[in-house]
Amino acid sequence: MGDIESENQDIENSIKELARNLLRDKEVDVIIGYTKGTVPLSSSPVFITREEDTDKLLWNNLCYVNLANYLAPRIPKLYDEEGQKLKVGIVAKGCVGRALIHLAVENQINFENIKMIGISCNGIINRKRIEKEIGEREILETSILGNSIIVKGRDFEETFPFDEYLNELCKVCKVKSPPNVDDSCVGECLENPVIEDDFNDISDFESKTSEEKWVYIKDTLSACTRCYACREVCPMCYCNLCFVDQNKPIWFGKTTDFTDIFAFHFNRAMHLAGRCVACGACSSVCPMGIDLNLITRKLEKIVKERYNFTSGMDKETVPPMMSFSMDDKEEFMMEED
Amino acid sequence: MNEITSESKQMKNTDDEWEPKILAFLCNWCSYAGADLAGVSRIQYPPNIRVVRVPCSGRINPYFIVKALLDGWDGVLVSGCHPGDCHYLTGNLVARRRFGILKDLLEFFGIEPDRVNFMWASAAEGERFAVLIRKTTKLVKKMGPNKKFEKKW
Ligand code: SF4
Ligand code: SF4
Ligand code: SF4
Repeated sequence: MGDIESENQDIENSIKELARNLLRDKEVDVIIGYTKGTVPLSSSPVFITREEDTDKLLWNNLCYVNLANYLAPRIPKLYDEEGQKLKVGIVAKGCVGRALIHLAVENQINFENIKMIGISCNGIINRKRIEKEIGEREILETSILGNSIIVKGRDFEETFPFDEYLNELCKVCKVKSPPNVDDSCVGECLENPVIEDDFNDISDFESKTSEEKWVYIKDTLSACTRCYACREVCPMCYCNLCFVDQNKPIWFGKTTDFTDIFAFHFNRAMHLAGRCVACGACSSVCPMGIDLNLITRKLEKIVKERYNFTSGMDKETVPPMMSFSMDDKEEFMMEED
Repeated sequence: MNEITSESKQMKNTDDEWEPKILAFLCNWCSYAGADLAGVSRIQYPPNIRVVRVPCSGRINPYFIVKALLDGWDGVLVSGCHPGDCHYLTGNLVARRRFGILKDLLEFFGIEPDRVNFMWASAAEGERFAVLIRKTTKLVKKMGPNKKFEKKW
């Protein structure tokens, strides 16, 4: 295989071609995809309804937003002027596909109106890490050259190796293309994927003592300003009223005291167990550069080990938090000695 | 003699030894009745638990447990009917799924997992109830006061 630069070109060309075909054949009314961002180190979502506009679509390893968010129920659904539901084509890397499937499992969207433009994702850049390394200097332009990320500013140019500066989740991702359900996927799709995951990436953290974990979690999360960008960007956080905004009763304080930050992140994690599709969008948008991927991975591991479930792989398996079984593991229940 | 510290608010026994306070959620149909049985049978168990009666262990929202810890309880206990015995048939099975994830996550966030305990006790198990309350109290006591969540402001 070629380098990242040429891979990107291939992916982009195939997105454009598939999008054009879908619009031309009137299979969809609107395409949701990525286009150039308004600031460096980003991309923007774009809604395209005309064939000639498909040239705006791109793929650049900075397409970190999970486009499934635009179909999640909290965001107004897509209707035309007459109020008819539009048929949607959506550029789907693996985790976008998984999010769509899981939303369908939760009865939030209907696959009849959706076409996934499947791609084989080659990873998303950890923009927060790059921003951190560039520091105060202003980034004006980013690009991929061969296998490196080039970051340019007024009087500097830095190179970062692509493999190393990937999102932590992308490094261990096993579902790079959307699983094909209901024949709704065109392009690169997975047929009946079976994934094996050893979760070695978090074993280091898991082997720490309670105290060490606490210190690490506290240090990392203390920076949180409770802006809730991580929640807004998450396709699974579609509640009309999030528990932190609820005021009858007020469950948890709204300050940035660590106790309240803890309450937010802990409960958010609880809500996403068996639902999170490991897209990493939450970490990519955090203005404080907090890496929530560790928690994400743990959630995946818990539901895999306890209930043998991976979210968003097919439409038939009932997620663990929607069901129960008489023989669930219960080694944690207290017993007489 | 003693300075007034947050510790002095904690319960003290005669030996001036620290005693934990544990918030216990007992389901109405089994565990609450089990506690009752322990009481009328005069079975001794430590006085460290404060009981909240809930209709079913399935009523336990993880918020209750997190909130209890944030509010300074040294331990939390949830007790329900044995699997298969739930008054609402499956409430405790639903609860068990939540508890598994909650316990794993607490551990992952660096909260000593023994602070939060789950148990089954039926209305006929007064003895078992007492034994397990002794056990929880011992576990939580070993961990010392819950100081992780002192709010600064
Ligand atoms: S929690 Fe984060 S990684 Fe998981 S689905 Fe939401 S945005 Fe994606
Ligand atoms: S954090 Fe929980 S309550 Fe808030 S939007 Fe997400 S799932 Fe809903
Ligand atoms: S995006 Fe970052 S700072 Fe904002 S609430 Fe989430 S973790 Fe906190």
